[in-house]
Amino acid sequence: MFKKIFLYSLIANFFFAKKIFAAESGGMPQLNPEFWISQIFWLVLTFGVLYIVLSKLILPKISANLELRKSQIQENIEAAEKQRESSEAKLKEFDGIILKSKIEAKNIFKDAREKVIKNINSKKETLDKQIDDEIKKAEVEIDTLRQSAPEKINKIAVVTSTEILKKLIGAEVNNSSISAIVDDLVKKNGDKYYGH
Amino acid sequence: MAANPMTQFEVYRIGPEIKVGAFDISFTNASLFMVISSLAILIIFNLGSKKNSILPNKIQLLAELSYSFVSKMISDTAGSKAKPYFSFIFSLFMFVLFCNMFGMIPYTFTVTSHIIVTFILAAFIFIGVTVIGFIKHGFGYLKLFVPSGVPIVLLPLIVVIEIISYLSRPISLSVRLFANMMAGHTMMKVFGGFVVSLGIVGGWLPLSFSVALTGLEILVAFLQAYVFAILTCIYLNDALNLHH
Repeated sequence: MFKKIFLYSLIANFFFAKKIFAAESGGMPQLNPEFWISQIFWLVLTFGVLYIVLSKLILPKISANLELRKSQIQENIEAAEKQRESSEAKLKEFDGIILKSKIEAKNIFKDAREKVIKNINSKKETLDKQIDDEIKKAEVEIDTLRQSAPEKINKIAVVTSTEILKKLIGAEVNNSSISAIVDDLVKKNGDKYYGH
Repeated sequence: MAANPMTQFEVYRIGPEIKVGAFDISFTNASLFMVISSLAILIIFNLGSKKNSILPNKIQLLAELSYSFVSKMISDTAGSKAKPYFSFIFSLFMFVLFCNMFGMIPYTFTVTSHIIVTFILAAFIFIGVTVIGFIKHGFGYLKLFVPSGVPIVLLPLIVVIEIISYLSRPISLSVRLFANMMAGHTMMKVFGGFVVSLGIVGGWLPLSFSVALTGLEILVAFLQAYVFAILTCIYLNDALNLHH
């Protein structure tokens, strides 16, 4: 509604203005050619100066600024990338070193273990040998002792039996007959007595 | 006189009359605002390009954003071949934009609301684009008027239409800008007149309209400058990359 009223009044206004200014400027001042040449002249002058100054002085500077910023940012990104790469390479190197030293440590440990085991084995062998020797010696001694034991026991038995007989009977008994008896007994029951 | 919405478009002499031969090239209010707009552009962009810091300050950011905005507009519509004409299109866009915007300040003069100004700009663009087209493609540029894939029967008609549409480019380009600016400013003036005539009782409605229209007109001022520049790019694209 308001729009309609406004539109009508606007049109009326135009007609009104046309009537008033008809004699003066022909309605629209834009169509009055009085200052056309002046406007063209000043347009060409100002726009020409504007174009020349902008294109020769100002726009190249702005473009250079933008380029510089772009290249600087690019450079920084590249430098960061390079540093990242180098740090990665170093990290890899360190990993390699750690792996190597781990292997080395393992080898050293293995060697040491083998050496110790060898040492122990050799010592054990010598010790075993010594023990065997000692045992053999002792066995030999025991054997000789055992071998000589019945004879001595027989002698002791003969002597003691003569003494006992002397005390019991009060007379001398022949040594040889007693020893013959003992020998006979040993032959009969020696195994029982000496554990042979 | 103040009630007439067309008086704001009147051109008057400032200072003495200057005549070169038969031509009157006196300094007028139109010339004044052309000079002011150009100077404002030069000052802003000079300040914006003076220092180069990696983190730009406000005015440098403004200049660089405008630069990349126009640069993107050209490369999007006319391709990389249009790079040599960047300075011209940038100047054109900024000139029209600043003239439109200065016109939005009360009691100023809108340079682009005059058909002669917009027509000279459009005619220059039209002639320039035609010359570029003939230089780049020779008489092959006339293929622009013969679209491919059209039946032979329709061809004469299409060619005539194409030629007419091509020749009407400067008129449509200039009238679009001029009419938009003139209509907008006239409307604002009319609403301002309503505020005064309806007084304190009924003046609030046209006043609120006027406020809304101011916002709209600022949008139109930018939009028309953008349209003017982008149409120039499109015409340039026709001349540089001939394909139909």
